[in-house]
Amino acid sequence: MHASVRPAVSVNIPPIVTNAATRETAAALAMRMTVSKVNFFYGTKQTLFDINLGIAANKVTALIGPSGCGKSTLLRTLNRMYETVRNARLEGEILLDGKSILSQDVTALRRCIGMVFQRPNPFPKSIFDNVAYGLRINGSKVPLSEAVEKSLRRAALWDEVKDHLHKSAYELSGGQQQRLCIARALAVEPEVLLLDEPCSALDPISTAKIEELLVQLKDLCTIVTVTHNMQQAARMSDFTAFLLIGQLIEFNPTPQLFTTPGDPRTEAYITGRFG
Amino acid sequence: MSARLRWRKFVSGFMLTMTGVCALVAVSVLCFILGYLVFHGGTSIGWNFFTKLPAPVGETGGGMANAILGSAKLLFLASLFGVPIGFFGAIYLAEFSGSTVAFIVRYAADLLNGVPSIVIGIFAYSMVVLPFKHFSTLAGGFALGLMMIPITLRSTEEFLRSVPNALREGAMALGASKWKTIATVIVPTAYRGILTAVLLAFARVAGETAPLLFTAFGNRFWSHRWNEPTASLPVMIFTYAISPYDDWHRQAWAAGLVLLGLILAINIVARAILSRGSAVPRS
Repeated sequence: MHASVRPAVSVNIPPIVTNAATRETAAALAMRMTVSKVNFFYGTKQTLFDINLGIAANKVTALIGPSGCGKSTLLRTLNRMYETVRNARLEGEILLDGKSILSQDVTALRRCIGMVFQRPNPFPKSIFDNVAYGLRINGSKVPLSEAVEKSLRRAALWDEVKDHLHKSAYELSGGQQQRLCIARALAVEPEVLLLDEPCSALDPISTAKIEELLVQLKDLCTIVTVTHNMQQAARMSDFTAFLLIGQLIEFNPTPQLFTTPGDPRTEAYITGRFG
Repeated sequence: MSARLRWRKFVSGFMLTMTGVCALVAVSVLCFILGYLVFHGGTSIGWNFFTKLPAPVGETGGGMANAILGSAKLLFLASLFGVPIGFFGAIYLAEFSGSTVAFIVRYAADLLNGVPSIVIGIFAYSMVVLPFKHFSTLAGGFALGLMMIPITLRSTEEFLRSVPNALREGAMALGASKWKTIATVIVPTAYRGILTAVLLAFARVAGETAPLLFTAFGNRFWSHRWNEPTASLPVMIFTYAISPYDDWHRQAWAAGLVLLGLILAINIVARAILSRGSAVPRS
C-alpha cells in the first residue's frame, strides 16, 4: 500500500512523553503526524490548550477522556473538519509527513486523512456507490469494481454484501453500515484514518468486529480513534492520550498508561473515580 | 352527578361537536365546489373542448384548445424562470449564507409570497408589456415565474435543511468540495422533497388569473409567437363567466373543472412522491 511504500519521514517530536524509556521508544518510531502547540477556540471559548502530540505511523493512537474534554475537537483538527463550524479557530501547527496541513488544499488533505464518524452515515445510495463515492469525486482512473471489492474486503464486509452490492446501504445493519463507512474511507487509500467513537452506536458484537478490523488495518494506515470506552482503548491501541478539560494530561504507550499512569488525574480517571 | 360536572360534560360535548362541524365544513367546501363544477361544466367537456378554438360569438360549441396550450406555455415559461432562481437561491440560503443574510432573504421571500397577485401583474406589465408594447406570453410567464420564486425557494430550503449534517460531513471528509457535496449528496438526498415543492409551486400559479389579465391578456385564436397575447384557462374562465351567453357559462364551468382537475392531479402526484418515504430514514 502506498502508506508503507512511502519513506516514513521523521520530524522533530515535541516533548510529549513523560519518561526516558518511552522517549526512546517514541523516537525510534516514525511519526506520521505531529501536533505542536495547538490552541483551539470556538469564538472566544478556548477548548484545547497547548496540545503537543506525535502520531506514530502504522500504529493505533487512542484519545480518551471524559465527555467535553476536547478529544473529538482534537481529532477534528487533524483533517481540518473543524473548519465546517463557523467561528472555529486554530493556533499552532499540525504536520503530516513533515508538511503543515494548514497550508495544504483542504480537499487534497482530506483524501489523505479519512474519517469515520460516531454514527454510521452512509449516503442514501447503493452499497457499491457508497464505496465508489470517494474514487468518483476524485476522478480516479482505477477500475471501480476492483477497488470497491478491495475496500469491502479490507473492511471485512465483502462476504456479507457481495451478492447485493446494488441494494441501498440503509438495508444493512448498524454494524455493517459502520464497516461500510470504513470501506468508503479506505477506498481512497488514506494515510491516516480518524475514527470518532466509531462503536458508540453499536452493539457489543459489531463493536468487537470493528475493533478487530482496526487492529488489522494498522498495516495499511495510521489510525487515530476517539473513545470514551477505556477497555476499548486498552484492547486496541498502541498509544493512548488522556485529555481533561482541553488539556493533554498524559500521552504514553497504552500498556504503560493503564498500568503505571504518570499523572494522578490519569489514575483517577482510569480507575473510575470520575468521568 | 353534580351540577358542576354536568356543566363540564356539556362544555366538552359542545366543543367536540363544534370542532367536528368546522372540520366537516372545511372538507365539504371542496366536495361542493367539485360537484358544482361537474354539474354545470361536465356536459361541455368532450373531445371538442380540448381540440377546437373558441366558437365565434353567437355560435354554440367550440372549445378551449388555445387556452389549454396557452396555459401550458405560460406555466412552462414561469417554471423556466422561477424554478432555477428559487432552487439555487435555496441552495445559497441552506448551505452558504450566514444567519443574517439568510434571515433577510427568507423574510423578503415571505413578503414576496404575500404580495397580492394583481400587484405582481402590474409589475410585470410595467417591466415587460410597456417596453415591448405588446401583451405577450413572455410577460405572463414572467409574472407567474415571479410568484413561483418564493414558494420554490422557501420549501426547497426546508428540504435541504432537513438533510442530516452527518451526510455533509461524510462527503467532505472524503475530500469533496462544498459544491461536490451539494451536487452529489445533498440534492440527491432531498430531491423528492424538492420535486414536490416545485410541483406545488406549479399548481399554485396554474390557477392565477389576476397577473395574466394585463400581461398575457387573452386571445380567441392560436398564439403563434412568444411575444403575442395568448389565451389561458383562468382568464378564459373570467371572460366567459361574465359574458351574457349560457353556452359560454357552461364552457367556463368546464374550464374550471379542467383546471381544478389538473391542480388536484398535481397535488396527488406530489403527495405520492413524498410519501414514497424520505431517502434518509429518520433516526
